[in-house]
Amino acid sequence: MSRKIGPRRIVQGVPMPSWPMRVFKGLVLLVFCAVVIIPFVGVISTSVAPNKQINESGGLVLFPKSVNFAAYQSLFSGGVVTRALFVSIFVTVIGTLLSLTVSCLLAYALARPGFTAGRPILLVVLFSMLFSPGIIPTYLTVKGVGLLDSIWALIVPTMISAFNVVVLRAFFMNLPTEITESARIDGAGELKTFSYIVLPLSKAVLSVIGLFYAVAYWNAFFSALLYLNDSKLWPLQLVLRTYVINDTQLGSAELGTELLPPQASIQMAILVVSIVPILLIYPFLQRHFAKGVLTGAVKG
Amino acid sequence: MLQRTTKQPGQHLSLGRRLVRDRVLLLFALPGTALIIAFHYVPLLGNVIAFKDYQPFLGIGGSDWSGWANFSVIFNGDPAFLRALKNTLVLTSLQSVFVFPAPILLALLLNSLFSERIKRIAQSILYLPHFMSWVIVVALFQQMLGGSGLLNNYLRSHDLTTINIIGNSELFHVLLTSQIIWKDTGWATILFLAALSQIDSQLYEAASVDGASRMRQLWHVTLPGLRGIIILLFILRLGDSLTVGFEQIILQQQAVGRDVSEVLDTYVYNNGVLGGAWGVAAAVGLVKGVVGVILVLTANKVAHIFGEQGVYSR
Repeated sequence: MSRKIGPRRIVQGVPMPSWPMRVFKGLVLLVFCAVVIIPFVGVISTSVAPNKQINESGGLVLFPKSVNFAAYQSLFSGGVVTRALFVSIFVTVIGTLLSLTVSCLLAYALARPGFTAGRPILLVVLFSMLFSPGIIPTYLTVKGVGLLDSIWALIVPTMISAFNVVVLRAFFMNLPTEITESARIDGAGELKTFSYIVLPLSKAVLSVIGLFYAVAYWNAFFSALLYLNDSKLWPLQLVLRTYVINDTQLGSAELGTELLPPQASIQMAILVVSIVPILLIYPFLQRHFAKGVLTGAVKG
Repeated sequence: MLQRTTKQPGQHLSLGRRLVRDRVLLLFALPGTALIIAFHYVPLLGNVIAFKDYQPFLGIGGSDWSGWANFSVIFNGDPAFLRALKNTLVLTSLQSVFVFPAPILLALLLNSLFSERIKRIAQSILYLPHFMSWVIVVALFQQMLGGSGLLNNYLRSHDLTTINIIGNSELFHVLLTSQIIWKDTGWATILFLAALSQIDSQLYEAASVDGASRMRQLWHVTLPGLRGIIILLFILRLGDSLTVGFEQIILQQQAVGRDVSEVLDTYVYNNGVLGGAWGVAAAVGLVKGVVGVILVLTANKVAHIFGEQGVYSR
C-alpha cells in the first residue's frame, strides 16, 4: 500500500483530483448555474425586446435584437402596476423599519444580564418557534383586530420574527461587556447605551436582519392573498399572480395608457420590476448573510 | 449604581423592586413580546374553534361547543380530506427523497473545488433563487416550460414535438419538486458548507497518509463529519412534513385542478377562508400541527437512542 501521489499536485495534504473528474465537476456546476441564470436572462431580455421579435419567437426571447422600454413606460404611467409598486415599496420600507426597531429593542432587553423578566420572555420567544398556529385561527385573529382589508395587514402580523430576535440577541450578547459597563458608569441609561453604544457596534448584523425583513416584506404574497380583497391595496406580488401567472389580460384601463405593447413584454416587465430590487440589494445581502445565518443556526 | 455591574445584580431586591428598576428594559421588550403573543399565542388558543360550531357573527366565545364533530371529516375518511392527505404524503416523500439530499451533494461538489474564485461565483449564482418569491419562481417556470415558453419555442423551431409541462396533472408533483430544488438547493448548502469547513484538515492528511483515495476520504472523513447536521435538519424537516408549500401550490392549483394539487394546507384554506367551513378547516389544521409536533419529538427521541444530539438535548 504505497501512497499514490505520482504526478498529482498536493494541496493541503489532499491530492488534486484527476483531470476527467475536474472537467466533469466543472460541467455539472456549469449546468447548475445555467439553469439558475437562463430564466432571469430570458425574462429581462423579453421585457426589452422589440415587438416583432417577440411575436416571431412566439414567447420568450433570449437575445434581443434591439432594446425598447415601451413596456416599462406603460407600466409606470399610473395604472394598477404603478399603484402596486407604491404599496410594495411602502410595506417594505415602513415594515422593515418597524420590524428592526421592535426586534432590536426586544433582543437588547433579552441580551441584558440580570434583566428580571428576561427568562420568561425569552421562553415565550423560543417556544413560538416550535409551534405554528394554523391558517384559520391566524386569519380570524387578524380579522378580529380589524386589520382585514387594510395595508397594515401586510405589516403587523408578520412584524416580528422570533428567529431574527434570537440572532440579534446572540450578537448583542457577544459584544464586549466592558463597553456597556463603562457607559453605565459614565451615567448612560439603557436608552443611551442602546442607541449610542450597542447599535453603532451592530451595523453588520442590523443590515443582514434588516435585509431579511425587507426581502420578506417585498415577497409577501400569502398575507396579501389572505387579508386583502380590495385590489386597490394589492402589492406587486398579487398583481404578478393575477396578470402573469393567471394570464389575465392587462388592458389600457388597467395600465392607464392608450398605446399597448405586446402582452408578453408587459408581463415580463412586471416580473422584472419585482425582481430588480432584490437583485440590487443582493450584493449587500451576500456580503453578510452567511455569517448572520450561521450565528442564528449555532445559537438558536 | 455600582451594584448593577456586579455578577448577579440586584439579587437581594424584591421582585417588585427589580421590575421597577428594569422598567426601561421592560418597555423595550413590550412591543415585540406583545406582537408575538397577539399573532402567535392568541391564534394558537384560537384553535379551540376546532371544537366549536363556529359562526362568524357570534364570534369564538358566542359559538356553541360541538365536541369532536368537526373532526368527523378526518375520522370518517371524507374523500376530499383523504385526497388532500394522499397528495401531501406523496409530495412529502418526493421531497424527502429528492429535495433533501440535493444540497448535500451540491455542498460536497462546491467543497471539493480548489479554486476559491469559482466557488464564490458559483455560490453567488446558486443562492440567488432563494430570495425570489414563489410568485416569481412560478412565473419563471411558466415562462421556461409552459406552452409558449422557452423550451417549447426551441422545440418548435427545430421541428420537434412540444411538451406541455405546466398544467399537466400527471407531471404536477414532479414539477413542484423540481421548483423547490431550483429555488432552495443553493441556499441550503450554506449550513452543509459550514459543517464541512469545521472538519479538521488533519483528518484528511492522516487518511491520505494511510493511502485513502479521494472517494475513501469522502466516505470515512467527510460524511461522518456531516452526520450531525444531516440528522438535525432531517428531524426539523419531519416537523414540517405535512407542510408541503402552500404558496407554491395555491398559485398553480387553477391550472391542474384539485385532484392532484389539493394538500392539507390548501384544503384548510379552500374550505375555511373561502368556503366558510371554519370549524372543520381548523380541525384539520390542528391535527396537522399536532402530528408535526409528535413527529419531531419522536424523531428526536430516536436520535438520542442512536447517540446523536438531535434538536435539543434530553
